[in-house]
Amino acid sequence: MNVFFITTSLLKIIGMIFVVILPMVSYAVYAERRVSALIQDRLGPNRVGPAGLFQPIADAAKFLFKEDFTPAQVNKFYYWLAPCLAMVPAITTIAVVPFGSTLLGVPMVIADINVGILYVFAISSLGVYGIVLAGWASNSKYPFLGGVRSSSQMISYELSLGLAVIPVFLLVGNLRLTNVVRYQIENGWMIAPFIGDWANLGKWLLAIPMITSFFVFTIAVFAETNRLPFDLPEAEQELAGGYHTEYSSMKFALFFLGEYAAMITGSAIIVTLFLGGWHLPLPSLHGGFHWLVVDGTAPGWRGVVGGLFNIATFFVKVAALLFMFMWVRWTLPRFRYDQLMRLGWLFFFEIALVNIFIVAGILAYFQF
Amino acid sequence: MAITVARPKRNWRERLYLPAIAAGMVITIKHFKNTIFGRTKVTMQYPEEKWDSSLPEHYRGAPALVRDTDGRVRCVACQLCEFICPPRAIKIIPGEIPSTDRFAKVEKYPEEFDIDMVRCIFCGMCEEVCPEQAIFLRKDYAITGFTREEMVHDKDKLLEIGGVMHGVVLKWNEKK
Amino acid sequence: MSPILFWFFALLMLVFGAAVVVNRNPIASALNLVVSFLGLAALFMSLDAFFIGIIQVLVYAGAVMVLFLFIIMLLDLRAERLRKINWVASAGGVAVALALLVQIFYVIGHLTFSKQTFPPLARSEIDDVHNIGLLLFGNYNLPFQIIGVLVLVATIGAVLLSKRERR
Repeated sequence: MNVFFITTSLLKIIGMIFVVILPMVSYAVYAERRVSALIQDRLGPNRVGPAGLFQPIADAAKFLFKEDFTPAQVNKFYYWLAPCLAMVPAITTIAVVPFGSTLLGVPMVIADINVGILYVFAISSLGVYGIVLAGWASNSKYPFLGGVRSSSQMISYELSLGLAVIPVFLLVGNLRLTNVVRYQIENGWMIAPFIGDWANLGKWLLAIPMITSFFVFTIAVFAETNRLPFDLPEAEQELAGGYHTEYSSMKFALFFLGEYAAMITGSAIIVTLFLGGWHLPLPSLHGGFHWLVVDGTAPGWRGVVGGLFNIATFFVKVAALLFMFMWVRWTLPRFRYDQLMRLGWLFFFEIALVNIFIVAGILAYFQF
Repeated sequence: MAITVARPKRNWRERLYLPAIAAGMVITIKHFKNTIFGRTKVTMQYPEEKWDSSLPEHYRGAPALVRDTDGRVRCVACQLCEFICPPRAIKIIPGEIPSTDRFAKVEKYPEEFDIDMVRCIFCGMCEEVCPEQAIFLRKDYAITGFTREEMVHDKDKLLEIGGVMHGVVLKWNEKK
Repeated sequence: MSPILFWFFALLMLVFGAAVVVNRNPIASALNLVVSFLGLAALFMSLDAFFIGIIQVLVYAGAVMVLFLFIIMLLDLRAERLRKINWVASAGGVAVALALLVQIFYVIGHLTFSKQTFPPLARSEIDDVHNIGLLLFGNYNLPFQIIGVLVLVATIGAVLLSKRERR
């Protein structure tokens, strides 16, 4: 615990929240509106600033100046607590995600703890409290139904979520997320193992359950973040907005931002686990063909550029996944509630479970 | 009697739903791509693009007073339009034309002519009833204002919108 | 670990633990219990036992309490808030708890090592998840498997009990 460590950690935390996550959240909302518009043959918000880029700022100003209305029949304390609980876990999760290699010798991860992925699950499982409390404290029927739906949905899909990552950790042998990235740099991404001894048949066989795992995990993240094919807690048509029906002004905005922050952290976890984290393989023909690893270890300005390049790579990957989230949202209709439960318990749970055995079998047979 | 609708039997490919989802994703990304590259016709961007040029000939916009080619205000303050106007949007105060004037035989002119655009319903009855071909519905549709007073078009404003009308009967001019 | 943090989290746990009992609103009680669990997890983590700390949050705060909350909400326990306090029974409960506390202090005071100060543990770099895995699947493999079967039986039993008869 020296001063250097505390200073850099604080810088990373503040930078991550105020420079990366919050702007990213507000621009994700803007992107969502633009993407949805483009998919539906419209243009979307393009008035405020060049190409509508200042729209998030205008939205924030609008939310701040709207009347903050508290209905009379609500449970005041929990009604006020719920939006905070919706926002905080989503942001806290990012603490263990390695979003870059190193920059000037400082590792680009806020807390590199040895139970990284468990921390992610633990914190994201707390995210349900915000929604359940909002539903309950509103003391109104639609929000309550939304809260009940949300809690059962989250519990159901947390199982698939947890089981789907086990193959990754069977392979890596460690729960630390930086080690997962390190493994992928040496052996290729989980879903595309073309680095390392790529002639090994077992490795390519392993990619099949890994891709299955990737799909199950991604779909479970959709369900956990209440994104569209699974947005039953806030189904506008049946529940009039679900758990945030009774909220207005900035409190409503916090729910909204919390959902997008959860989406961003979910994408960051997917990128870290399956898509190689901050790693971008660059082929080098200099002295025979080999894969080049760009990171922040090089001396001088090359190291700084490398470190920044890694951070940029990571966030480009996250942005690509966010686009996929939006693309899916504006393509698929909502599930019916019994279909959702059936899908979670009878299909994804089983697929994830069988997947673990397949991976374990391949690992045992090919002696990794 | 209740009718039971037979559910279609699906084969395993249909029941997997994945091909259907993939097909849907392809459709949406095609729309996305086409809109980005401007290949799809999108909503008109209103203040920049207007459909003024493609307005039909019979379009009924703001009612306006017109002058003829001599520059004379054609209205004779007969008040027929004021009488016919269904929402009573028109208010006319007639004045007398002095006998020394070239058009003394017209006798009356509108001292004030107000149309309350908050009330106007663009029915075009004033235009129809006018015996002097003095009031016409123009193609202006963006009529806005911050106060109710601003929304009342007075005579000057109406003449400004109306402008000069060509090809109307000049019945008050002296015979040559 | 810093003693300030220890006292902070210990006090947090105790205050919210008391609030669980004192609160008349079942939902508030459940939420207070969650905060208490979080304090406990923080204590574990400050001892570098990240795995136990995280599992505490994941299992208790994240899953068990959500289920509790879910069920409390579905049951709609309003009667509990209106019930009168039986002061005699409460006094009896407090007396029993105090007796237990005195007993614990007495026993601890007479233990041989209770007056000693232990040297601080060296900060280890060993992966506690790894160690727990080795222990569970090595030394304690048989009990672990038996517990697994037990949980499986319980799960199947629950499924069977909740299954509706097909008419």
